[in-house]
Amino acid sequence: MMMAPRQEYWRWAEGSWADPDRHWKDARVVTLGIDVGSVSSEAVVCLDGELYAFSTVRTAAGSVESAENAMKGVFERTGLRFDDIHYVVGTGYGRVNLPFAHKAITEIACHGRGANYMGGPSVRTILDMGGQDCKAIRVDERGKVTNFLMNDKCAAGTGRGMEVIADLLEVPIEELGPRSFDIDEEPAAVSDVCVVFAKSEAMARLKDGWSKNKVIAAYCRAMAERVAALLQRVGVEPEFFITGGISKNIGVVRRIEEIIGVKALPTPYDTQIAGALGAALFAHALYLKARGKPQAA
Amino acid sequence: MITAGIDVGSKNIKAVVLRDGRIAGEAVGSGGFEQLARATELLKQAVRAAGCATADLAHITATGAGRTAVAFAHSTVTGVTAGARAANHLFPGARTVVEVGAEESRAVKTDGAGRVLDSAVNEKCAAGSGSFTESMARALGMTLEEFAVRSTQSTARIPMNAQCTVFAESEVVNLIHSGVDPKDIARAVHDAIASRVAAMVRRVKLEGEVVLLGGMAHNPGFVKCLKENLEVETLLIPDRPELADALGAALVAADRAGAAPGGRP
Repeated sequence: MMMAPRQEYWRWAEGSWADPDRHWKDARVVTLGIDVGSVSSEAVVCLDGELYAFSTVRTAAGSVESAENAMKGVFERTGLRFDDIHYVVGTGYGRVNLPFAHKAITEIACHGRGANYMGGPSVRTILDMGGQDCKAIRVDERGKVTNFLMNDKCAAGTGRGMEVIADLLEVPIEELGPRSFDIDEEPAAVSDVCVVFAKSEAMARLKDGWSKNKVIAAYCRAMAERVAALLQRVGVEPEFFITGGISKNIGVVRRIEEIIGVKALPTPYDTQIAGALGAALFAHALYLKARGKPQAA
Repeated sequence: MITAGIDVGSKNIKAVVLRDGRIAGEAVGSGGFEQLARATELLKQAVRAAGCATADLAHITATGAGRTAVAFAHSTVTGVTAGARAANHLFPGARTVVEVGAEESRAVKTDGAGRVLDSAVNEKCAAGSGSFTESMARALGMTLEEFAVRSTQSTARIPMNAQCTVFAESEVVNLIHSGVDPKDIARAVHDAIASRVAAMVRRVKLEGEVVLLGGMAHNPGFVKCLKENLEVETLLIPDRPELADALGAALVAADRAGAAPGGRP
């Protein structure tokens, strides 16, 4: 007898995109940024220092394999080959293991640079909510990092924590944000110190007769409180910009904005790629520098 | 005098009926969501096993994370106090009590007569508690017993980078994929928990003999790693370490019943 595979509610969509109005053959400089994160890996291609294409995949067991999967996605989308790329920068926690990257740059610097591109030079505070860590970053008008704080010790306030609740409630992860507002009254947060405890509390609330949506709201609030504390420690100065996968969860984002009293800058971009985009932009600058040409502003 | 102690833990509920300082009946079952109903049922079982009736109980004391759910208890006591009381009842003179349950772990320093002098609890983080071993055994496709025994056979020491239980799960999956021997992974998991617990013990300062209580005391893999981390030759473990807090609560119940003549205060 065939068993239906258990649905993986945490599983977010992988994908790729390319600017339909441009072609890489028209560009003078083609650069690639690869961000191997703990949960997702991204590849971004920039043409002459402008975003052109990207792909997002789930991180595999090895860093190299993950980077190759991400590159494959963007190459298939655009028809590019590796030999067409002038300069490659790796970032993310798997950055040190990438043999094909010319240089590795920390993801904090890359998120600063990427957010500066996506949100513009007025961005001063960046929240990067990743799969297994969370960073509050302060930058100057050029996207250069002036200060940061980071939690990478604990799953509370990270994307992995959100995946845990999606799986527990059997609600697809993309639906968590919208559903967290479909409630009569905002509940108190569950534990914001430990995902394991938050999970036990969520189960207890369900048994108390809470709706799934109300439990999701309590969980989103816990995550927002945890992250807001990190932001307040580094100090929030507008404009405020959110990068990383959880920026897509409106339930967490709106609650963070409410707690810190500052709205996040809207952006048309997929902010999950901010790190890889920053890496591709650094790659552009580094390539120009290596060729001895004056660096574009 | 007959008293009862009920320990409502984060995973299981334990009931002990105490007659003149000895365990006369006991029952253990999963807590589930109807904690009060389950506690009532388990107490009935323990009373039946002791060959008496609920009406014979002079005093009932509840303990554990869910102790306030036990509406029929005459009083409550914290797990720290109950554990210390049981530890010194079983091992008079022992000064350090370590207790590792499903979601809680703690280190307690006692005066040797069941009174608490100092304690450290993992109140903010599940790393260093037992539920971790269950999910890891599942990830490796082993029973909990097999997981524990295989761990003791490991000779290699693999460090776990993750401090967080949730992150460690992904790390273990990666170790499995990269072909690391399951017995070495099992040991790494137990070692990670033991090092967290040992840090708590150091906060209260290890002194005298060490008693290990809680369900994790049944796990030889964890016991071995804890001995290494604490640098001790022996750990004092009772026959039923998971019943310790319920026993401690029943002992406290006897104290309180004795202090209030007529039984029920």
